[in-house]
Amino acid sequence: MPFCYQPAMTTPLKNIRNFSIVAHIDHGKSTLADRLIQLTGGLDLREMKSQVLDSMEIERERGITIKAQTVRLTYRAADGEDYILNLIDTPGHVDFAYEVSRSLAAVEGSLLVVDASQGVEAQTLANVYHAIEADNEIVPVLNKIDLPAADPDRVKSQIEDVIGIDASDAVEISAKTGLGIDKVLEAIVTRLPAPNGDITAPLKALLVDSWYDTYLGVVVLIRVIDGTIRKGQRIRMMNANAVYELDRVGVFTPKLVDIGELGPGEIGFFTASIKEVADTNVGDTITDDKKPTAEALPGFRPAQPVVFCGLFPVDANDFDDLRAAMGKLRLNDASFSFEMETSAALGFGFRCGFLGLLHLEIIQERLSREFNLDLIATAPSVVYEVEMTNGDVQMLHNPADLPDVVKIAEIREPWIKATILTPDDYLGAILKLCQDRRGIQRNLSYVGNRAMVEYDLPLNEVVFDFYDRLKSISKGYASFDYTLSDYREGDLVKLSVLVNSEPVDALSMLVHRSAAEARGRVMCEKLKELIPPHLFVIPIQAAIGGKIIARETVRAMRKDVTAKCYGGDATRKRKLLEKQKAGKKKMRQFGSVEIPQEAFIKALKMGDS
Amino acid sequence: MSADRGNDLFGVYVHWPFCAAKCPYCDFNSHVHRGPFDEAGYVAAYAREIAHFASLTPGRHVQSVFFGGGTPSLMNPRSVGAILNEIARHWTIDERVEITLEANPTSVEAERFRGYRAAGVNRVSLGVQALRDKPLAELGRRHTVDEAVAAVHLAQSIFERSSFDLIYARPRQTLEDWREELSEALWLAQGHISLYQLTIEMGTRFYDLHRAGKLVMPDEELAADFYELTQELTAAAGLPAYEISNHARPGQESRHNLLYWRYGEYAGVGPGAHGRLLVNNQRHATATEKMPFDWQARVMAAGHGLVTDDILTWEEQGDEFLVMGLRLKEGISPARFTALSGRRIAERQIADLKSYGFVETLPNGNLRVTEKGFPVLDAVVADLAA
Repeated sequence: MPFCYQPAMTTPLKNIRNFSIVAHIDHGKSTLADRLIQLTGGLDLREMKSQVLDSMEIERERGITIKAQTVRLTYRAADGEDYILNLIDTPGHVDFAYEVSRSLAAVEGSLLVVDASQGVEAQTLANVYHAIEADNEIVPVLNKIDLPAADPDRVKSQIEDVIGIDASDAVEISAKTGLGIDKVLEAIVTRLPAPNGDITAPLKALLVDSWYDTYLGVVVLIRVIDGTIRKGQRIRMMNANAVYELDRVGVFTPKLVDIGELGPGEIGFFTASIKEVADTNVGDTITDDKKPTAEALPGFRPAQPVVFCGLFPVDANDFDDLRAAMGKLRLNDASFSFEMETSAALGFGFRCGFLGLLHLEIIQERLSREFNLDLIATAPSVVYEVEMTNGDVQMLHNPADLPDVVKIAEIREPWIKATILTPDDYLGAILKLCQDRRGIQRNLSYVGNRAMVEYDLPLNEVVFDFYDRLKSISKGYASFDYTLSDYREGDLVKLSVLVNSEPVDALSMLVHRSAAEARGRVMCEKLKELIPPHLFVIPIQAAIGGKIIARETVRAMRKDVTAKCYGGDATRKRKLLEKQKAGKKKMRQFGSVEIPQEAFIKALKMGDS
Repeated sequence: MSADRGNDLFGVYVHWPFCAAKCPYCDFNSHVHRGPFDEAGYVAAYAREIAHFASLTPGRHVQSVFFGGGTPSLMNPRSVGAILNEIARHWTIDERVEITLEANPTSVEAERFRGYRAAGVNRVSLGVQALRDKPLAELGRRHTVDEAVAAVHLAQSIFERSSFDLIYARPRQTLEDWREELSEALWLAQGHISLYQLTIEMGTRFYDLHRAGKLVMPDEELAADFYELTQELTAAAGLPAYEISNHARPGQESRHNLLYWRYGEYAGVGPGAHGRLLVNNQRHATATEKMPFDWQARVMAAGHGLVTDDILTWEEQGDEFLVMGLRLKEGISPARFTALSGRRIAERQIADLKSYGFVETLPNGNLRVTEKGFPVLDAVVADLAA
């Protein structure tokens, strides 16, 4: 990455605007960001790669942002003055809600981008509420105004009805064609407030995000509140209680540019020979080591994984590679945690913690794609609070580790507040899905022909293929978002699966008693189809404690022999045997039963069908 | 090199690739040739290739020769004689040598039986395939049941030993159908009979029909019942299985078949023929060019038609030894497996399989698959080889 050196300059606060863009996936956030960069000359066309801010491959492919990124734009406004516009592109997904909230706390305003044909989606709602909570001034932007299906008036009134903000001045644009982008820039300058800050006060800056760069080490994204931060300064991270001397201080244009110093209201980066992202906590307060600020910024929360699963290499020889790959990912993602785990069924692997299901999926995908690893993932599990009869409370990450039930006083599980927006037609099926998943309906309202349903749901019902079901019953139209709310006592039991009378730890799960029998039955039926006939009969059982609640049988193989051998063609027979042997390597030996890996994958992925 | 690695068994397989018509189930290397054909010139290529293999395996003692195909009974008996003479010129011949020729039981081919006998053939294996006319037509066979029965009787009167093949578990065949048909066959058979379950092989017309759903094969349960019934009837008739698909009165086993299953040494002569040869203490897997006239051209140019000549690894030899040897009722010698593969069969696997009754150890130390194990032999072998 080329470096450009520019003389340090302090920008007057009144000429700074800090903003972010809030949007539902696919509503055009990244395209708008590209256009803003292009129009203000941040990159020439030659350098423009589509959606420069989403630089990670998976982010680009899925159209989602995982890391907050920032770009500093210079803009000469209609009033003749030059403005510095700092755009923070926030992660747009519920799994990264805390990161989103810190990004939004670093800016004064947000552009609310809504697709003029599709209207407000659940994810838009969650993020806009974060922006409102962060006291952001909000400018609604209607995108895709050029589409024939665009209905700006309907969407404006929807924004007013659902979100409760004035949308009469919404900027109408087409990010794709470039229509109205100039109006967005003017709105940023005229409608968003300038930042406040005291340049004479001790340094106080917000750690917005950080990432690992092979050449620079950890790059820390910050928003300066008070004071100045400059190259060579010794700074202290207040929550981490760590001191660093700064190597570089600069901004992104979006190219990395060293400017040596950042003042109040400014957004930029520093590097300081920090080795891993885990040493930097999103939301931490950065201050001067010698002359610290009196009070840290509010709202800091350490990263807390909420979903856990086991990841095991398909080929046991890949264990060390998997460990190395996870270490590399963790360099850049402190919210991902892992520790070694042994499973009788799956061998050596890792118990991994994630911020949510998307986070889990992304990590899994990166491990397989960037590191070429074949993995088996066990069923995602939430974190249970297990209160023992002696009053101790354990946090349970792995259902296989559930203590002896007689010593358990109660098990509590995390609940969420879920918001679902759906076309009317699918409402009935969605309500039934939520009811089936032990949901408690909190609200049901209509916005035009779209229904908005709010439910309290146990998270463990959601990690269990809820999202896939929701998408399939609504043909992809329903949108879903949630926030964690609280822990509640649940009548939860450990469902064990026994193959040939031996428990298969990787398949055990905690489920609600009311659902245990049905789920056990489905699991047995699936396994019956997935485990090939052996030389002997294999019973498959589901059990709660010692009680068998479901049973299936894999019949014994009766006929498996090649009839003829052509003119001494031993080669052909050998090749068949070699194929069988290779097939066996893909099996997990379980007692004397060989279970194909795909059986684990499919059984763990099981739906309600 | 342990003496156990070889076993002094040596034979010659001669592949004759031509057929009058291609049968819809057959995936062997067979070709229908129309137009002029210089048989004597073609046989000359066999002579040259035999000389080549003989130069690799000097001093071997031939215990069996097998003419397979294709349809060797389309050969002029003089051609058979010429090839046998060539074999005798290069190697010594056992006085009890078995010389088998595969023949189709049509009346035309039966007329040549005496000629083959005169050329030195002492055993024929007839491709009867069915003793019911309608299935014969469906299998694409060009003979009737009456012709086949006549050919069997004729063969039995001319040759010291004879055998015939039947294909069972055919589409729509019931167990009762097969019980009657096999019973008739067992009356007809003398010392040896081969009974193959119909298998659908890639590249055949049956394969296409099967994929299109127009050929319904018996399911695993019915196939197992067919197999069990076959064992029961053959044993009762005094022709128990000595190998998965081969049944004989004790002493009447095919020496050539045994040579394969006992993992002996054999030269594969002719287009698309496979061989296993010990050269410089290494076991070579050989295969020749499949296309009949390309093979001939290669042989005339280079002295042989080999397109594959792989030196087998220890593991490959171990695999082949198991996959072939465990088809035999006599089982295999674990010591020879170790000599070939450099390892032992996992004790735990043997113990597991024994506990289910699929294998047993004989008083002579051989490990063999039991009657219960034979129907699932492929799975048993895979366990032992793993």
